[in-house]
Amino acid sequence: MHIIKLIYKNAFRHKLRTSLTILGVAIAILAFGLLRTVISTWYLGVETASASRLVTRNAVSLVFPLPLAYKEKIRQIDGVKGISYGTWFGGIYIDEKHFFANYAVEPKTYLAMFPEIILSPDQKAAVFRDRKGAVAGRKLAERYGWKLGDIITLKGTIFPGNWDFVLRGIYKGRDENVDETAFIFHWEYLNETLKKAGRSWSDQVGWYMIEITHPDLAADVSVRIDKTFKNSLAETLTETEKAFTLSFISMTEAIVIAIQLVSFVIIFIILAVVANTMAMTARERIGEYAILKTLGFGGFHVSGLIFGESIFITMLGASLGILLTFPAAKIFSKELSTYFPVFNIERETIIMDIVASFFVGFVAALFPTWTAVKIRIADGLRRIG
Amino acid sequence: MNQKPPIVEIRSLYKSYRRGSQVIPVLNDISLDIKEGEFLALMGPSGSGKTTLLNLIAGIDKADSGTVKVGGVDITSLSETELAHWRALHVGFIFQFYNLIPVLTAFENVELPLLLTGLSKRKRQEHVRVALQVVNLTDRMDHYPGQLSGGQQQRVAIARAIVTDPTILVADEPTGDLDRISANDVLGLMERLVHELGKTIILVTHDPRAAKKAHIIMQLDKGVLNAHNQTDL
Amino acid sequence: MKIPLLYSLRNLWTRRLTTVLTASGMALVVFVFAAVLMLAEGLQKTLTETGSHDNVVVIRKAAGSEVQSGVDRLQASIVEMQPEISIGADGKRLVAKELVVLIALPKRGTDKPSNVVIRGIEEQSMILRPQVKLIEGRMPKPGSSEIIAGSSIAKRFQGGGFGETLRFAMREWTVVGIFDAGNTSFNSEIWGDVIQFMQAFRRPAYSSMIFKIRDTTEFEKVKPRIENNPRLTLEAMREPEYYRKQSEMMAKFLRILGLTLTIIFSLGAIIGAMITMYSAVANRVFEIGTMRALGFQRRSILTAFLIESLFLGFVGGGIGLLLASFLQLYTVSTLNFQTFSELAFSFTLTLNIIYQAMAFSLVMGFVGGILPSIMAARMKIVDALRES
Repeated sequence: MHIIKLIYKNAFRHKLRTSLTILGVAIAILAFGLLRTVISTWYLGVETASASRLVTRNAVSLVFPLPLAYKEKIRQIDGVKGISYGTWFGGIYIDEKHFFANYAVEPKTYLAMFPEIILSPDQKAAVFRDRKGAVAGRKLAERYGWKLGDIITLKGTIFPGNWDFVLRGIYKGRDENVDETAFIFHWEYLNETLKKAGRSWSDQVGWYMIEITHPDLAADVSVRIDKTFKNSLAETLTETEKAFTLSFISMTEAIVIAIQLVSFVIIFIILAVVANTMAMTARERIGEYAILKTLGFGGFHVSGLIFGESIFITMLGASLGILLTFPAAKIFSKELSTYFPVFNIERETIIMDIVASFFVGFVAALFPTWTAVKIRIADGLRRIG
Repeated sequence: MNQKPPIVEIRSLYKSYRRGSQVIPVLNDISLDIKEGEFLALMGPSGSGKTTLLNLIAGIDKADSGTVKVGGVDITSLSETELAHWRALHVGFIFQFYNLIPVLTAFENVELPLLLTGLSKRKRQEHVRVALQVVNLTDRMDHYPGQLSGGQQQRVAIARAIVTDPTILVADEPTGDLDRISANDVLGLMERLVHELGKTIILVTHDPRAAKKAHIIMQLDKGVLNAHNQTDL
Repeated sequence: MKIPLLYSLRNLWTRRLTTVLTASGMALVVFVFAAVLMLAEGLQKTLTETGSHDNVVVIRKAAGSEVQSGVDRLQASIVEMQPEISIGADGKRLVAKELVVLIALPKRGTDKPSNVVIRGIEEQSMILRPQVKLIEGRMPKPGSSEIIAGSSIAKRFQGGGFGETLRFAMREWTVVGIFDAGNTSFNSEIWGDVIQFMQAFRRPAYSSMIFKIRDTTEFEKVKPRIENNPRLTLEAMREPEYYRKQSEMMAKFLRILGLTLTIIFSLGAIIGAMITMYSAVANRVFEIGTMRALGFQRRSILTAFLIESLFLGFVGGGIGLLLASFLQLYTVSTLNFQTFSELAFSFTLTLNIIYQAMAFSLVMGFVGGILPSIMAARMKIVDALRES
């Protein structure tokens, strides 16, 4: 089609200017895409939470434990298929900078309930056998170069002292959205050691993980569990895994909102740049547009040329930006795996990239088009030379 | 007639241009003397090199070989920086398209070359006023070029060209963009500069009317100079 | 600089739309830059003002914060005996044992819960913290279910206001007083009698201790004595230092995130400036040739264009800062990753930040303009004049 060829030729009349604009759009889309991915990562836990799992914790606050004795009572409740338990350990590896999630669980029941954690059968057996055994995610093991059999020492903060573990398993995630930077070990080991030291925290768990027979039963089972322990020493609060994760996120909501706002700021910055380019381009070509009008081309054709060029440039930039987003995300995910254990680009993000660049291309062309269409032919012709 | 040395002395000037892989010779062994107070017109067909010769005399281009001496100074041996400094004091330019700075007023445009001298603000303003009086444009000195007609703009350009009292004035098709009346005005002005102020003008032109005003007409053809019609006034 | 400043400025004015668009792009970048710095500054200010230099905080070794720490009664009594502890106006030793616990309370207007610090205090706690002032009501009666709330709690959390009741640890607690703690994190806390809290939360041990030293140099004596005592497994640090550490991770996160974003954004703005300046040069080739012919040196041309670009940066920087200064009206409340509790702080604009932001915008103007300016300066006169 002729008009596309014309648009293409026009765009590259000023090679330097067009290349710079495309580069600018590419960088903006790259930044936008990365920021959106950061936000989606934030909510990832919510997305991947299973509808068939519930979390039961102390109603007062997460920092208070629940008695181990509750296990049997919960297991007997209608609708409960399986139950596991765990305690947040919060140990430090080398120093505070090296942060990863570490917690003690009952390994047999826990691994059974989390099919997204994939561990080979012999590694599983090794962990079950060794009381001091621990399982680490693949990304975590890679980060520190751990091998099976290594002794890993964590400095306890909640439970003081130096704790040694033997790495017996390295797990893979079932799909790319599973966190592969966690470190889990035997709850028994924690409990025994605490009992020996005569600590008050023994035979207590941080939370219970409950698997229900059917997702629809979630509300019922939760209410029933909490009723069972109402007015006892430690009242419980049971909610779906999704709700539990959401409650954490809502506490850091301010930051997420800030990042969302900032991601829109970059779009406006690049809008200013592209609008500038189009304004300059249109101003220089006013004479030509006048000539086109004398030849009989209407305002519609002239606007088509300007919008076409603007969107053409932004789309080229967006394509470049989207292409660059993939390798950039890989780098991000590696360097910042402490903060973002998973960093995958979602399809929605790419769609938003395209929409954003279309929006920029469109808006940037509005004012120049308006002037070009409005100008009287005589005035335009005078502007040549 | 005069014992004074010529104000411009050119010896064995060669200049060629490179276009891709081709070398195109433009000036071929040009030698020329121009006396002080002379009004010289350079004519010739398109591509004959007349503008190139003008540029070399004015010091805005460098020859391949040969020497150009203006006012006794061998400008072919000056460095870029020295050349710029020399131009500021010794050459006045008049271009076909006036070449005024659009964001400066007529007054400020004329003042521009003076900023390269060490003159105080008051002295500069004096010189500018004098120059504008010579070209008869003092009533429009606060106007921007966009607010002046072609002829008026060219007169501002001439004022700018003479404000530093340069050794030579060079003009490249000064009437090329003007209507008959304005062109006559400008040429008349240039005549006065030569006759009343003793300026030396080297003019490049297509316009035979403009050439008629000059003392000497030279033809440049395929890079070679022919003294043609030495008409004395 | 021989070419008048006027030339550069008037050219910017003549192409107003372009100037505005380019400067706006830079303004947005400076806005983000300043906002991030202001946020980190506000965070650190809040946390470091929380603390008097001569107060010493004692927590369990390697605990990281009061929440994870535990000091049992025996250890507490040993610490209380340290000779360096000063005596207050009432003749009593200025030392307090405190319990710090986190609970989730629903916020006003959203029902979303957030973690709040509950601090069990003793008589001396208030005196040890001169920044904290009771602005409404009175102190809780010992042995009662009464509490006082920080002004931020009263504002943001359901049941936290004067006269209202909060329910936690299976008991109802009445807010009998509101205190204001300036910019410090105490504003996001609820205080009550430590013995009552220990019973309600079934905690046999305290979380931390705080005391004031007689003389500031004595810190060097008492710190090693506490830390090296094998029966104690405790560590001691000055109060401001304790709070500074709390904010480290968060402040660092904010700064890194912010700086990364700003650098990427600045690339966009710099490209915008480059496009503008290249076009400016391209449109004025004739002028450039003329000025060079008149005798202006290459570096004058370079400087003239560079000044235009720097001025764009300057204007952008000014606007960005102006917009950022309005952020000071907002307070941010979020979860502090390190202490896991709610933290409220505001954007703080300092002179230092202003300098940094302006310097940054000038750098953007410079980087954006240098290449086009060099191109302008390097033009050959004859080529420039030939352009038509």
